[in-house]
Parts: sequence; structure tokens; C-alpha cells
Amino acid sequence: MSVSEAAQPIIPTPAFSRRHLLGIEGLSPLEITSLLDLADDYVDQNRLIDKKQTTLRGRTIINLFFESSTRTQSSFELAGKRLGADTMNMSVKSSSLNKGETLIDTAITLNAMHPDILIVRHQDSGAVELLSQKVSCSVINAGDGWHEHPTQALLDALTIRRRLGRIEGLKVAICGDIMHSRVTRSNIHLLNTLGAEVRLIAPKTLLPAGIERLGVTVFNDMRQGLVDCDIIMMLRLQMERMAGSFIPSTREYFHYFGLDREKLALAKPNALVMHPGPMNRGVEIDSSIADDRAISLIQEQVEMGVAVRMAALTALSRQLDRGDHL
Amino acid sequence: MRERRRSNTGKTLFTNARIIDPRSGSDIRGQLLVEQGKIADMAQSLFSGAPGSDVEVIDCNGHVLAPGLIDMRVFVGEPGAEHKETLGSASRAAAAGGVTTLICMPNTDPVIDDVALVDFIERRARDTAIVHVHPMAALTKGLKGEQMTEMGLLAEAGAVGFTDGNKSLVDAQIMRRAMTYASNFGTLIAQHAEEPSLAKAGCMNEGELATRLGLPGVPAAAETIMVERDLRLLELTSARYHLSQISSAKTLDILHRAKDAGHSITCAVSAHHLALNENDVASYRTFFKTSPPLRREEDRVALVAGLSARTIDVIVSSHDPQAPENKRLPFAQAAYGVVGLETLLAVALELYHNGHLALMDALRAVTSRPAEILGLPSGHLSKGAPADLVLMDIDRPYVVDAEALRSKTKNTPFDGRRFQGRVIKTYVDGIAVYDEAQADLAA
Repeated sequence: MSVSEAAQPIIPTPAFSRRHLLGIEGLSPLEITSLLDLADDYVDQNRLIDKKQTTLRGRTIINLFFESSTRTQSSFELAGKRLGADTMNMSVKSSSLNKGETLIDTAITLNAMHPDILIVRHQDSGAVELLSQKVSCSVINAGDGWHEHPTQALLDALTIRRRLGRIEGLKVAICGDIMHSRVTRSNIHLLNTLGAEVRLIAPKTLLPAGIERLGVTVFNDMRQGLVDCDIIMMLRLQMERMAGSFIPSTREYFHYFGLDREKLALAKPNALVMHPGPMNRGVEIDSSIADDRAISLIQEQVEMGVAVRMAALTALSRQLDRGDHL
Repeated sequence: MRERRRSNTGKTLFTNARIIDPRSGSDIRGQLLVEQGKIADMAQSLFSGAPGSDVEVIDCNGHVLAPGLIDMRVFVGEPGAEHKETLGSASRAAAAGGVTTLICMPNTDPVIDDVALVDFIERRARDTAIVHVHPMAALTKGLKGEQMTEMGLLAEAGAVGFTDGNKSLVDAQIMRRAMTYASNFGTLIAQHAEEPSLAKAGCMNEGELATRLGLPGVPAAAETIMVERDLRLLELTSARYHLSQISSAKTLDILHRAKDAGHSITCAVSAHHLALNENDVASYRTFFKTSPPLRREEDRVALVAGLSARTIDVIVSSHDPQAPENKRLPFAQAAYGVVGLETLLAVALELYHNGHLALMDALRAVTSRPAEILGLPSGHLSKGAPADLVLMDIDRPYVVDAEALRSKTKNTPFDGRRFQGRVIKTYVDGIAVYDEAQADLAA
């Protein structure tokens, strides 16, 4: 597909024909790959000097972040701007939610301004889906509680696919605070849907009940879990809520679950390392690994993030063009 | 209220009734005569000729005539949250559901922890409610779990039991003293058994589904730990102890042992725990957010079996009205609770229709058993008993329509559910308080 094709208005039966992007769970392999294919084109486009497109010209996008975020919010903002949309940021600090307004009232208020796409992050699982039921525009989930963060999983998949050419058959280990991680849940669904083998590596206190029933193999010993892995996804440890309650100390955590050269050597020789950011160097990942561009995909993930979000915005905008939402 | 105040000196004869008395286990075809608000007589045939003109005759067409239901666990918004439910609105919902006695919980504002508040409830009930209302008073002052209430005086004023309602009494020393003190008076202590440190922030049953939804879970152990603890305390005292509602199969194992060991322990289960499981939460449906949470299907099946085996004594509605602004929220922020006064009988009958429970057992769990536990004169059909009656068509199909419920709030988990069994008429002290033919007598 050429770059210009993405700007063409309507595809008769697009593989992704949903009104919202709320999660990965339930998406078909075709829906996922169609988004990845679209994003692939945007990666190339974003490397040109003239990055600006007109695909979303006239569209209004509102970033509604109830939980603070730097990288996701700016990534969405940039994606919208590159596609020619008008983007606006609303953070909770300046919204009336601090004045006691409910989520639904906020949604209804914003909806009355006729945005085309709302991008929402919220600290409560399910909040974005709830909001989506009350608005007439499209909604993208930019992370809800511990539940899902679909564009993160898509950008991870795109990163892997561009480097290794496939997802199917790969052994992917996700390590760290599984319990509180929406990134993990979205990645489990996506990687399983595309045929990868998913392993989770964490101390038992950071594994939620019944997680093994999501189609993963669970390891409590990182050394065993890493054997033969193609991809290692490290998760951020939220230190402020960890110490003393889920893990005894960050020192002990790094000893058993931090990624260092010695543990990395147990994975496949060319294993690649990912991290959704922001990193705690020395807590979950050794700096020398994070900074080694031969091993670490961390910077590429950020680049893919913008492309994947452009793809998601384009796909939803096409649905708006089709008028299915009315 | 006015209806009930209206003369109840007349005689009413129910003919052609299927008279079921769960206390005695009798199930007969015949007639039942009500005189001055009491059951005067019942037999296959009471009059050799036609009854006198002073007798109102009601042809039951072979339908079931049973004692009115007694709901041991009802949250009412009065005082303090009248926009959710008043004693009047709760009583109208009760009457429509065949419930003739409701026991209201002390979780009000102010808390029912003082004789004056018990008096208030009784007075308001007398003036505004169309069914019998008895309060359970707080077990500890302000429900704070620190100091016990004046159990003797409160019981004399009319409190039928003591509980912190939807809060667990956590402090073991205070629970021990409360049990010991309560045994002086023979009063009932009802516990919402949940160890709070294990339930903190929990919104649904711990397990695969909660993990998928990214919600913090409450393990069944939160319940079993508290039940086990209270049983150890019960060994040191001799109180009458009641579990307000249980949710898990493991708790049943504990109860089996406790009852075998002769402990004075009784137990209830909420209707929704008999009819629903955690899967009903589906995509964050807050009308299914309850405390304790809906658990696995295995637990639900075990609870039904526990009822059949009489390990569980009572079915309650745990009626807990919540306004839309408390439910139309992200799941973690939404309030717990469902309304259930009008669907309690339907759920009990569903278990019968599905073959999981004998009709007699289903009715016993909502009539004579709660009466025995609470020491109420009703809940059975015999000469001299209060004429609290419900006439029901146990077979009639019924689809729940949330908007048609009489409660002020409509947070039922059963909207659209198909049941079998409908109330035809409800009588309190011999006076009709609900008649489906006239919609709502009290309206």
C-alpha cells in the first residue's frame, strides 16, 4: 500500500470496522493485522521531512486524560496533528471532574462539542467503555485501570513485526508487575491472537488470580522463564506502591526479577528487549541493556507508537466517513 | 398507614385455596377464615352452608395461600437517604413482592444505635408503611466497631436483632464481649462476615474474570476467615449468632461442622447469590456489584444445595436501593447493592420450578425460618396467628421490568429476567395491602 492510499476516503469493507478501539480482547487476527499494515505505511511517512497528511482534516480529536501521562498523550497528539486533525488536550487538573462532576457528565459535555474522536485514559478499569456508551463520537482507550491499553500492544506488535518479520511462533516473555498492568493484558490478547507463545515472569505476589487461564505459561523463576525466548518485555515497577507490600525491596526485586546481562544470556542469542516506559533503571532493567540498540527496542517502540496511533485514528475516521455510527 | 388502620374487624374467608404452611409442612386444599386480623380457622370446609353476609369471600381458584414473606435484610434510606427509599416506598415494594414483614438494617443516617431511633422507625413505619417493619439495631455505636450499643434497652424498644449491617464487626475482643453480653438477653447478633483487609478495594470475586477485567478481587477467604473466627468466639460464649448472608461454598463446609457441633448459629443467603454468578458482571455491569460479591457458578450451586440441606436457613433480598448517580460510574467507584423486595419470592420459586428445592423448603426459607430466628409471631398458618398472608400463582410467567418496580430506585439485577410465580394478593393483619387486580392499593 502506498502512502497516498491512506489518504483515500473510503475502503468498501475495511477489516477494522468498529466504532471504538476499547481493547484488544475480541479483535480478530485480521483486524489486528490490518491496523499493523496501515501503521507500517505511516512509519515510512513519519521519516520523511514533510510528515503532514490531510486524512483527518476537519476532524476534532480530544485527548481526555484522567491519569497523567507524558508519552502516550504526546504520541496521540502528534499522531492527530500529522493526520491534519485539530487536537485538544484536556487533563483532569483543569477539568470539572475535580469539582465533583461524574465521568458520564463530562462525557456528555464533551460530546456536545461534537468531537470526532475522544482519546481517553482513566484510572478505573472499564471507565473508558462506560464513557463510550454515552457519546456519539468514536473512542480510543488510552489505558483504563489495570484492564487494557490497546495501542501499546499494537505498537509492541508492530515493533516486533518490523524487526523479526512475524509474530506467530515467537516466544515472548512479559516480566514484572503483571497484576497492575494493563499493558500485559492487552499484550496477552494480541500475542495469543497472532499465534505467539506468551510467558509471564513475576513473583507470585504480582500475579493476579487465574491469570494462567488467559493462555499463558507462568514462571516464578526468571531464569527458567527466559530460556529460549525471542522477546523479553519488561514492565515498569511502580515503586511507591510496591515496597513492603508486594515485594520486600527493590534491591531484592532486581536480584530476582531485574533484567541483567547474566539473565539475558539465558534467552535466545539474539533475543530483543522491550519496555513500555518510563523505565526504572536498576530496578527492573540494567542500564547497559536499555541503552544497547542492538538488543533494546525501547526507542523504536516510541517511534512505532506514533504510527500505530495514526493507524487507529485513520481506521476510526474511515468508519465515521461511512456514517455507521449515526 | 391508612389502609391498615381501616377497620380489620371483618371476616374474610379464603375458599378453594391450596393452603401451605411451611412450619408444619402441611399442604391442603381448603378454606381459611380470617377474623379480626388473625387466622380464626382453617380446614377443608369451614361452613356447612353458605357463610354469613358479614363474611367477605375470596375464591382463590386453587392458588397457593401461604404466610406472608419475612425479609430479614432490607436497607431503607430512612432516615437520611429518603431519595433512595423510604419506609413507605420499601413497604409498597414489599407488599407487591408478598413480603409482609421487613427487617430494616441500622445503616442509616443517623445510625439506628439509640432507643430514640428505634422509636422513630417504629413510629414512621406505623404512619407510612403498609407492612410490618422491625429494625435491627446497630451492634456497635455509630457502626464504628468500638463500643457496643444498649442492647437490652434497644431490644425492649423493639429491635429484633443487632448487626452492623453491611459492615463486619472486625475487632475480636469487641465481638466476644458483644456475644457474651447479648447472651444475657438472648438477643440475636447478625454478622456481615468479611475480613476487610482481604476485601479492601475489592469489587468482585477474585479469579479469572476479575483478572480479565482488571478489577481487584475479594477472595472467598475473606468470608471464611471471619466465619471461622466468630465460631471460635461462639465457643467462648453462648450467643445466638446469625450470618447475614454467605456467598461461598467453603463457608458451607464450616457451617456444616458448626451445626453438627451444636452451635447456635443460623445463616442466610441473598436471593441474588442463588440466581446469579460472577459472569453476570460481564462488561462492568454495576447493577451486579454486590457485597459479598457474586461468586463462581460452583458456589451458587453449593448455596442452593445448602438451602435444600437446611444448612442455610433463610433467603433474604438484601434489598439495597442505590440511586443512578451511585451506580452509573466506573465499576470500582460504583456503590454495592441491588433492590430485591419484589423479586425475592420469584427467585425462591425459580429454585422450586427448576427442581432444586421443594416448594415447602423454598417457602420455609422466607417465612417460618426467619420468624423462628427473629422470634416473630407470624410466618406460619395456624389458629390465632396474625393474618399475614400471600396469595400467589406459583406458575404464572413473569418478566421483570425494572421500571415497573415500586422501589424508588431501579437497581435490580433481574431486569428482563423470566420468572415463574406472581403475587395475586397480600394481606397484613387481615387487610389487603396489595391486589394485582387493583394494582397498588396503597398508591
